[in-house]
Amino acid sequence: MSGFVTLQGVDHAYGTSNTLAVQGLSIDVEEGEFAAVVGPSGCGKSTLMKLATGLQFPRAGTVTVAGEKVTAPVKIAGMAFQAPTLLPWRTTLENLLLPLEIVQPHRSELHRKRAEYIARAKNLLTSVGLRDQGDKYPWELSGGMQQRTSLCRALIHEPRLLMLDEPFGALDAFTREELWCVIRDLHAARKITVVLVTHDLREAVFLADRVFVMSARPGRVLVERKIDIPRPRDLEVTYTSEFQDIVHELRGHIVKARQ
Amino acid sequence: MKQSTLIRLSPWLFTIGLLVIWEVVVRAFNIPTFFLPPPTAIAQAFVDYSGPIARNSWITLETTMIGFGLAVGFGMLLGLLVGWSRAIYAGLYPLMIGFNAIPKVAVVPILVLWFGIGFVPAVLTAFLISFFPIVVNVATGLATIEPELEDVLKALGASKLDIMRKVGIPRSLPYFFGSLKVAITLAFVGSVISESVASNYGIGNLMLQAQAQFQVPLIFAGLVALAIEGIAMYAAMAFLESRMTGWAQRSGFAQN
Repeated sequence: MSGFVTLQGVDHAYGTSNTLAVQGLSIDVEEGEFAAVVGPSGCGKSTLMKLATGLQFPRAGTVTVAGEKVTAPVKIAGMAFQAPTLLPWRTTLENLLLPLEIVQPHRSELHRKRAEYIARAKNLLTSVGLRDQGDKYPWELSGGMQQRTSLCRALIHEPRLLMLDEPFGALDAFTREELWCVIRDLHAARKITVVLVTHDLREAVFLADRVFVMSARPGRVLVERKIDIPRPRDLEVTYTSEFQDIVHELRGHIVKARQ
Repeated sequence: MKQSTLIRLSPWLFTIGLLVIWEVVVRAFNIPTFFLPPPTAIAQAFVDYSGPIARNSWITLETTMIGFGLAVGFGMLLGLLVGWSRAIYAGLYPLMIGFNAIPKVAVVPILVLWFGIGFVPAVLTAFLISFFPIVVNVATGLATIEPELEDVLKALGASKLDIMRKVGIPRSLPYFFGSLKVAITLAFVGSVISESVASNYGIGNLMLQAQAQFQVPLIFAGLVALAIEGIAMYAAMAFLESRMTGWAQRSGFAQN
């Protein structure tokens, strides 16, 4: 099977260190799929992100994205992290335009198409409920709004792959659930492939088509669990026993992985 | 009185209070003027010698600003270089610390040997003493870019130069402007040191001559002139800082 994001038998360690962060890691995410990766802390979830976006290259094994072996940063990917990492000297709108100032072909067309790009950024802001917030500076926004902006920044160059590294980890429970729905709708509307790294099992089960459970360091995939809950999913689904059972089952795997 | 008016007036109240205490102490203990002149005597000297003080203050200001200007240009370049590469950072840092540890007054004789006494060694001393904080601050701004943000940009295919231009340089500006406030006061120290050791002009030289003639109030008047210049230039830098990097100063912490 050849998926959209494929890691096959990947070993990786940072720098000259001999301690492997991941070992024999194989994962296969199909185009348009929403995949969630969970595991005990320090299991190499973030390493998976770096490998799949071409920020790190494996010691052994292969990484392919969109049918091509990854040998350079993957420009069809957008990324968002736990910290929104917005630039405080730029307005929200200007922050969104940052990727377009860097990634080709937008970079060379920025001058000519500026109005179009600004319209695109405004649309994106509207779609995450930040209409008319474009002229504010990041520090004038709440944590949840900053994280929405960060998501928009990851999507502005219309990537085919969205990589999320615990993007809701620093938010309060209500804001987090709100953003689950934002991400759910973005995925449904844009049909992009999403890889979400998280330690929140409810989040993983609510959002994902498949959940991968990783082992303790050096990380590899222990369990792959398909989530059959039909879409579109409402937040109410998280209170059904079917949902709870899956979360409970995954929790069992994690507890085992930590031992 | 309202709290805000009090805060606005308090610099003046404290300054006037200090001068009053000074005057009273000098008179009460009958301290001779050649030992510690009272503020009134210093003010008198300021009036009597206003011509020479103004002329020499101007020279000192000019010297300082040229040295400071060199320090800004050179310090910024070196800071960018040091922040650019870990290898350059590792190589230059011990050298810079060692250099910064040298008392600059000890360098003046060498400068005199090379350039003769007067203007040039004073400019260079001002430059040498003030570039270090600028380098360190610019380099710190560059070194503290969030790694996640770097990842976001690198994944988009950003070159190191892109990251520097879009993130590094704007990010280090508050550090840079902050360092200017330190650097400008140090630059005054540098130029006055050199003027008092090896020059025929400037406030440093004026004070040295006043000392030789035992005109103690004039020495103090020279100090006051320097303090005024220092405060004025510091205020100019602080103004520049708040104009250029207002986004970095949104916290009310310093205002309370």
